[in-house]
Amino acid sequence: MRAGLRRFARNRMALAGSVVIFCVFLLTVTAPFLFPQGAFNLAGQPLQPPSLRFPLGTDALGRDVAAGVAEGARTSLLIGISAALSAVLFGAAVGGIAGYYRGPIDLLLMRLTEFFQTIPAFLLAMLLVVILSPSLLSVIIAIAAVSWPGIARLVRGEFVALGGREFILASAGLGASGPRIIFRHLLPNCLSSIIAVGSLLVATAILLETGLAFLGLGDPNIMSWGLQISAGRVSLRSAWWVCTFPGIAILLTVLSINLIGDGLNEALNPRLRKR
Amino acid sequence: MRRWRYFGYRLLLALPVVFGILILNFFLIRLAPGDAASVLAGESGAATPEYTELLRTKFGLDRPLPEQFVAYILAALRFDLGFSFRNDAPVSELIFARLGPTVLLMITAFTLALSIGTLLGLLAAVARNTWRDAVISVATLVCYATPGFWLGLMLIVIFSLHLGWFPTSGFENIAEGYEGWERVVDVARHLAMPAMALGLFYLALYTRVMRASMLEQTGMDYVVTARAKGQSERRIMFGHMLRNAFLPVLTMAGVQAGNLIGGSVVIETVFGWPGIGTLAFNALQSRDLNLLLGIFFISACLVVIINLIVEILTVFLDPRIQA
Amino acid sequence: MSSTVLDIQDLTIGLPAGADRSSAVQGMNLALRAGEVTCLIGESGSGKSLAARAVLGLLPGPRVSVTAGRILFEGQDLVSLPEREMAKIRGARIGMIFQEPMTALNPLHRIGRQIEEVFRIHTTLGTAERRGRVVKLLADVHLPDPEKIARSYPHQLSGGQRQRAMIAMALALEPKLLIADEPTTALDVTTQAQILHLIHELQREHGTAVLFITHDFGVVADIADQVAVLQKGVLVEAGPRDAVLNAPQHAYTKALLAAVPRLVVPDRPPATAGLVVLESVDVRKSYAAKGFFARGRSTQALDGVSVQLHRGETLGLVGESGSGKSTLARAMTRLLPIDSGDVILKGEGITHLSTKAMRPYRRMVQMVFQDPYASLDPRQRVVDIISEGPIIHGTPPAEAHTRARRLLGLVGLDPSAADRYPHEFSGGQRQRIGIARALAVEPEVLVADEPVSALDVSVQAQVLELLADIKAELGISMLFVTHDLRVALQICDRIAVMRHGAIVELGPTAEIFASPRHPYTRALFDAVPGAAWSQGAEILTPAE
Repeated sequence: MRAGLRRFARNRMALAGSVVIFCVFLLTVTAPFLFPQGAFNLAGQPLQPPSLRFPLGTDALGRDVAAGVAEGARTSLLIGISAALSAVLFGAAVGGIAGYYRGPIDLLLMRLTEFFQTIPAFLLAMLLVVILSPSLLSVIIAIAAVSWPGIARLVRGEFVALGGREFILASAGLGASGPRIIFRHLLPNCLSSIIAVGSLLVATAILLETGLAFLGLGDPNIMSWGLQISAGRVSLRSAWWVCTFPGIAILLTVLSINLIGDGLNEALNPRLRKR
Repeated sequence: MRRWRYFGYRLLLALPVVFGILILNFFLIRLAPGDAASVLAGESGAATPEYTELLRTKFGLDRPLPEQFVAYILAALRFDLGFSFRNDAPVSELIFARLGPTVLLMITAFTLALSIGTLLGLLAAVARNTWRDAVISVATLVCYATPGFWLGLMLIVIFSLHLGWFPTSGFENIAEGYEGWERVVDVARHLAMPAMALGLFYLALYTRVMRASMLEQTGMDYVVTARAKGQSERRIMFGHMLRNAFLPVLTMAGVQAGNLIGGSVVIETVFGWPGIGTLAFNALQSRDLNLLLGIFFISACLVVIINLIVEILTVFLDPRIQA
Repeated sequence: MSSTVLDIQDLTIGLPAGADRSSAVQGMNLALRAGEVTCLIGESGSGKSLAARAVLGLLPGPRVSVTAGRILFEGQDLVSLPEREMAKIRGARIGMIFQEPMTALNPLHRIGRQIEEVFRIHTTLGTAERRGRVVKLLADVHLPDPEKIARSYPHQLSGGQRQRAMIAMALALEPKLLIADEPTTALDVTTQAQILHLIHELQREHGTAVLFITHDFGVVADIADQVAVLQKGVLVEAGPRDAVLNAPQHAYTKALLAAVPRLVVPDRPPATAGLVVLESVDVRKSYAAKGFFARGRSTQALDGVSVQLHRGETLGLVGESGSGKSTLARAMTRLLPIDSGDVILKGEGITHLSTKAMRPYRRMVQMVFQDPYASLDPRQRVVDIISEGPIIHGTPPAEAHTRARRLLGLVGLDPSAADRYPHEFSGGQRQRIGIARALAVEPEVLVADEPVSALDVSVQAQVLELLADIKAELGISMLFVTHDLRVALQICDRIAVMRHGAIVELGPTAEIFASPRHPYTRALFDAVPGAAWSQGAEILTPAE
């Protein structure tokens, strides 16, 4: 693990991604001080182009786009991280049970996982948000509900591969209990893959969240990048900046997380290390 | 012969998926907080108590759950997906009327993404660690992080509003009344930007997978064997590695088919493309849950069909797959 | 003497910085003559494979390359030859076969097409003619129904058939030189004997020079005219086979030869047969074939096997891959569920015990595994690996750790090894750690599943010695699974020969060796590479 982190630190792209994400975090922390009025506050004349007072301009209602981007960062990170985390926990549990116990329960759980992987994820997320009515929690639930199958298959695959390895047999031969084998041997050996894939899941979750918000399926009381872009659509012809800047924010954030994820993958997964 | 039996078997395996979606749909309505009937009535002003009661009896919501379930499944098997009160038309009729443009958009985006992505991935792998590889990899990373709907809006700003090359929205220019080839060209002009906005993410994805897959093949023993036979690097690349490397890309493409449909919902709304995505967006605005569920069901069936096609392709490319 | 085909002069192959030595091969000189087989023998990491690949210009990447010396092939220096010229020689004038015939063939192309490719590259033959040549080649390597083989994909053939196809491909254009990189290592003994015979036959027929890479002196005895011994990249000894095998000059060659287990039964006091400790009664196990249409088809891995292990003895389970020997070992330790029959440990039926009820019995039977790299948890320190068993069975951790350190001494490792991780050890050292882990719970039965087959001969001998010592010292009974009859003769009191999931012959080692009753047992003995030499007989140079 420590050697892996050292390898990560040598990866310049991954390091650049980390710096950007750190800046985004900083932005979310300082947003209340930079924009004490909040993102919904009518700050000035509508549709002002970028200026010294409004570096990213104002939207059709006269709201400061910069304030929206700052607050949207918090929303995206919050939803992205908590949805990815829930998906990882749930997926790892499903995959772990299937991969360790095998047999009929494996068959059942994997069929279920494949099912959830087949059906159109975004549509299911949409439906869930509509049915649970849009709120921060329902968006997180919906995204987690469509994101777990990948992790489940990964963990199951690793468990099955490791389960055939002789050191697992040796533990079983010593009389180790199921939980002991799972938590002492199997999980520590696939943790690095879970971390790497889990970090990439944050990026996908953020993309899903912005997509939902763009369709009006976000919490209406919380500013988000998708909501900003959706609101800016109507004035696309006259005010390009309203849509453009939140989009760039999404792009940078997702790109950085992907770079971090790739870096972690290369650093922690010995198989890929050679490349 | 075995091959066809295998396809039959895969088809058989697809049925539980379709059935599963029906079950999911059935319970999703009942997951909604409050009374299913009032949910179905939507947030329309028309949801008077009488109207809700009418819905209740019409949908048999007053009957016991198992009975409702059987009725629901039987109806779905006849493609009777209920009635959209908002649109005053049967759900299936609404969907099938809009299916064509969506399938056209998806197939265009998918084919472009798969072919160009494979090619770029190949190119990047061949030119590994050169400037060409670097350019492709960076472009891929950026495309992979771009939300499609935003890309669509940016395309509209640049290519429609500023340059005027492509129309901003719609399927075709009905007012002009084009026919024959002219109509094809007209539709293609309308199709260009949505297909690009939808496909770019997948193009990036396939490029990444293809590049990694090619690099994995370089270390394989059979490549050394081919070299030991005296085969040229170029022939080794195209004659031996390409097909082996393409298989994981194809598998990935199958897995991603579901996401492609989800993506087309958002892209269609951006470009006013008259497919089931726009239909879904309208249903969303009016909270027409029954229509949404129908769209969900049909899209999932579409994904199952795409998966089957990918499966058949894989079997033709990989002799190792035999039941 | 015939003409020199290949003359390797002062060959040095450089390794990238950070490798354990600066060059894989250092100043190697070797000449190969037409019609002769030259065996290049060495342990893993000796650089023998890289030397072979250097001849064909197939060294992996820019970081490993020839830094000095010449490789003269028919008078032409291959090292300085441009890639384009080199490609004309590969496959046409120098052929090569590899260790693993499955991965060496393209899985997506038919066998016929892959052989035909050689003709496509190097000749102007028409399609029909090419096809005809392919079929004839496949017949030449004695493949049954060559037409059908040509239409098959690699995965549809057996390992031996695939290697025959590879040989057909390598010899398609009657090259002057054949490079064979451990071509029989991945095969079973009986298949290995056939392939060796085939290579020998074809080579004599066509007067081909062969560079044969191997780690097995038995193979050398069977096939070589010349032997060259490589130690850590340095060629320490080369000469005619009989001279090297019978009168080795260099200390390393002597040590290697001494470590090779002979096909003889060593003198040792007969084991006093105690009570039965572990027993299988009519054990059956079948694996259902995967897939929808394969339902109903299944492979019988164990077909009613009954065997008894007595206290204090070592019982060998010998057989080729797929014989069910490993399955039986795992079934008897209850690491694998069985379909029917019974496993009896010290008079108690343990077949149907729950995980919890099984636990006290677990410590009585312990396993030692084959793969020293897969059998230790890479994320645990050695001390934690060894003390896991005692801790599970209730020993306080501190005490378990102290005893683990003591056990390291017993298996011949430094106690300081305790705080390191498995990847810091060599294969032989890992195997010692695996043995210490098994011993930590003070078992009465040790089940060793091919414990030395992944190790180099010199290390192999040490580990076998350790196992024998431990058995004698602690009075443990041992079930010893192996594919290598020579190893079995060394260590076992009784031997059970297995084939197709059943025991075909069982008896005291000396008896089985002296008068094998079952034809399969005889075939196995005959197939042991270098059987005659192994029994101590001087090899007479066959008349040319």
